[in-house]
Amino acid sequence: MSEPAASAWRTARWALWLPLVLFALFVALVLGGLLRPENRDIPSRMIGQPMPAFALRAAVPDRPGLARGDLADGRAHLVNIFASWCIPCGVEAPQIAQLAAQGAIIDGIAIRDHPEDLAQYLARNGDPYQRIGADDISAVQLAIGSSGVPETFIVDGKGIIRYQHIGDIRPEEVPMILARLKDAS
Amino acid sequence: MLAEFGLAALWLAAALAALQLLGGAMAVRDPDNALGAAVRPVAVVQGLLVAIAFAALVALFGQTDLSVKLVAENSHSAKPLIYKLAGTWGNHEGSMLLWVTVMGLAGGFVALVERRLPEATMRATLAGQAFVSLGFYGFLLFASNPFARLSPPPAEGQGLNPLLQDPGLAFHPPTLYLGYVGLSIAFSFAIGALVTREVGPAFARTMRPWVLGAWIFLTLGITAGSYWAYYDLGWGGWWFWDPVENASLMPWLAATALLHSCSVLAARNALRAWTVMLGVVAFSMSMIGTFLVRSGILTSVHAFAVDPRRGTFILALLAINIGSALVLFALRAATVTEGERFAVTSREGALVFNNVMLSSILGIVLIGTLYPLFTEAFGEKVSVGPPYFNPMTAIFVVPMLLVLAVGPLLRWRRDRLARVQLSLLPPLVVSAGALVAVLALGVRPGLPMVGLVLAPGLAVASMMPLRGRHLRRLPLAVWGMVVAHAGIAVALFGMACDSAFSTEKLVAAHIGDVVAVGPWQVTLSGIEPVAGANWTALEGELLVRYEGGDAIRMTPQARSFWAPPQNTTVSALHTRWNGQLYTVLGEETEDGRWQLRLWWKPFVPLIWGGGFLVALGGVLALAGRVLADLRRIVVRDKIAWRRLRQGRRA
Repeated sequence: MSEPAASAWRTARWALWLPLVLFALFVALVLGGLLRPENRDIPSRMIGQPMPAFALRAAVPDRPGLARGDLADGRAHLVNIFASWCIPCGVEAPQIAQLAAQGAIIDGIAIRDHPEDLAQYLARNGDPYQRIGADDISAVQLAIGSSGVPETFIVDGKGIIRYQHIGDIRPEEVPMILARLKDAS
Repeated sequence: MLAEFGLAALWLAAALAALQLLGGAMAVRDPDNALGAAVRPVAVVQGLLVAIAFAALVALFGQTDLSVKLVAENSHSAKPLIYKLAGTWGNHEGSMLLWVTVMGLAGGFVALVERRLPEATMRATLAGQAFVSLGFYGFLLFASNPFARLSPPPAEGQGLNPLLQDPGLAFHPPTLYLGYVGLSIAFSFAIGALVTREVGPAFARTMRPWVLGAWIFLTLGITAGSYWAYYDLGWGGWWFWDPVENASLMPWLAATALLHSCSVLAARNALRAWTVMLGVVAFSMSMIGTFLVRSGILTSVHAFAVDPRRGTFILALLAINIGSALVLFALRAATVTEGERFAVTSREGALVFNNVMLSSILGIVLIGTLYPLFTEAFGEKVSVGPPYFNPMTAIFVVPMLLVLAVGPLLRWRRDRLARVQLSLLPPLVVSAGALVAVLALGVRPGLPMVGLVLAPGLAVASMMPLRGRHLRRLPLAVWGMVVAHAGIAVALFGMACDSAFSTEKLVAAHIGDVVAVGPWQVTLSGIEPVAGANWTALEGELLVRYEGGDAIRMTPQARSFWAPPQNTTVSALHTRWNGQLYTVLGEETEDGRWQLRLWWKPFVPLIWGGGFLVALGGVLALAGRVLADLRRIVVRDKIAWRRLRQGRRA
């Protein structure tokens, strides 16, 4: 304990350049981001594409998980990407419930969640989901081109993505979603 | 006319900044250079001129001069005056002008009052300040002129984002900017000290009050911003790990580390290179944060003033400012690294630990904020949220808080834990008691539980440095430390309570329905239309009773603004000593019921109360340092005066 520790803090000369190197990396990274063309057309890229193959385990014990086969059952599905830790998801929940009340089939993909938290979330915000798959490493989320939570996809009866909604569904958007859902079925 | 006057003042200020840089640089090469003597007065005048330019823009917003493009795009004649004025900095150009204004005023203030360092170091410091300012002046004048005219002027302005029309906005960004940009002084001091090789206790003592000042504003800004997001967004959360929030947290973490390493350097002449490094890093984090927000490179709920075209310009500025500072650091730091030695168990040891932990948290937040950018470089879009930030920061926060309990009790240079063990007993007992209480309440194991156990012990531990001291004679700076550390404990308790004990209800209620949330009975007694200057709203009338007590009236609104057209919710809050009831009115359902979101959040106001305590601690410490300096100056002058008289008599 009495050994002087300050000698350990005598810095090697090359280490003094380290902050500059890290900063240069940051600039390169950001410059790359700036020069890349604005990429806000994720929806159009995924629309018309089939859902990629996936099979997610059940996120809560009382109902099945979600796989691609479940979606291509001849009926149009709404796939809601959400999480119990996501605050806008709770804001969106009444709209999801309203869509379910009007007959939409709603499946959920829970991102990086725990079963207890999820159960609490469902008890608190309503539970319109028929199936909920647990996506613990955002693998499916990334594969279908979703960049955040909440997002909602409309998948038609053959498993083709027909619409991607980024961000929470606002009350005034519910009729639009219903109309698109009708088009897809 | 006023717009042209402001623009002229801005050009003049920029020219003076160039002169300040030139004079400072000449003085470094040749101490007797005549321009060197002009550096201080030029810095003062530059500060005044840029303040005049800013005042001109505020006046243009105040009178809603729609012939000015910026006013037409961001204001509206029907807006209340306070939001007209606040509109000045609620946009890109105005906020950048506020940025250089604070930089200019801070530089001028330093030039006016700071006399403790050698004149050569001061001139190099002011040259550094001018160097950074010049980039921002160039940015304003060539790429985002706030005074540009619009011809012909439109009949009416486009208005201000309704989310920003809130008393919080009027004061939040300027407060935060005083903090961000105040750190430029630390940056410039670091440059000045490196250039003139004057890194030592005097440098640390000189820099400390300026860092403290900026840090107080940052603390207040973050605290107020968190509360603003809490009640304005209507989501019931108080921290979202949003890029903009992270952008304000990162300079705060660096500045907090800097404050602590400054005291090591001032008292013990150790950690020299590290302190200089932190001086550079703190302001760099301010600039990086601003860049990330302004460039629109990271998507954020705070995206009010985003323009990707300007990103490249700010990035070039960043590269020049931070890059050259880091090159200077790499070249010069080797000559200043050696400092006094100390044992691991010592005040210095604890402060080094605090610095390593704070820097690690800073790294975690920075990586988390940039991560989406990083994966995007490989063609994937992801977002990281609380599941990453909460546990990762906790890994470093928890050990840091444990050391916070012990560190202030240790002596400088070398100490033994056995000497302070008696002082550690009360905090341990209190935390053990908290553990029993928490287990009895059935709190789930997890971070909130850790916080609930840690916070009470920490609060007691933060008082322990007062033990055995004469309270009246205790320096204000020590009081400041005690209050700030206690504030951390208080805020932690609030955060943990919010996570562990909040209850939430989302219901669709008929008028007359009674809803229970926690200990509250909430009655929806009516819905009324109301109107303001530039909005109309549906206002819910809630009668709420705490455990069957007297009814209290609360009125959350669903508000519609018409310029620009947008709907927002205005939550209603009722605060008791033991928590807050948070109510939000939603939409009407088809069967004539109304959506209500209700939260009962026990002890949640302590989060912000703790934040204000931390800032208050900073104010006490600053007052202590400044008063001590003033006293020293008065004594010195008295002695000089006496000598003069004696000399005359002889």
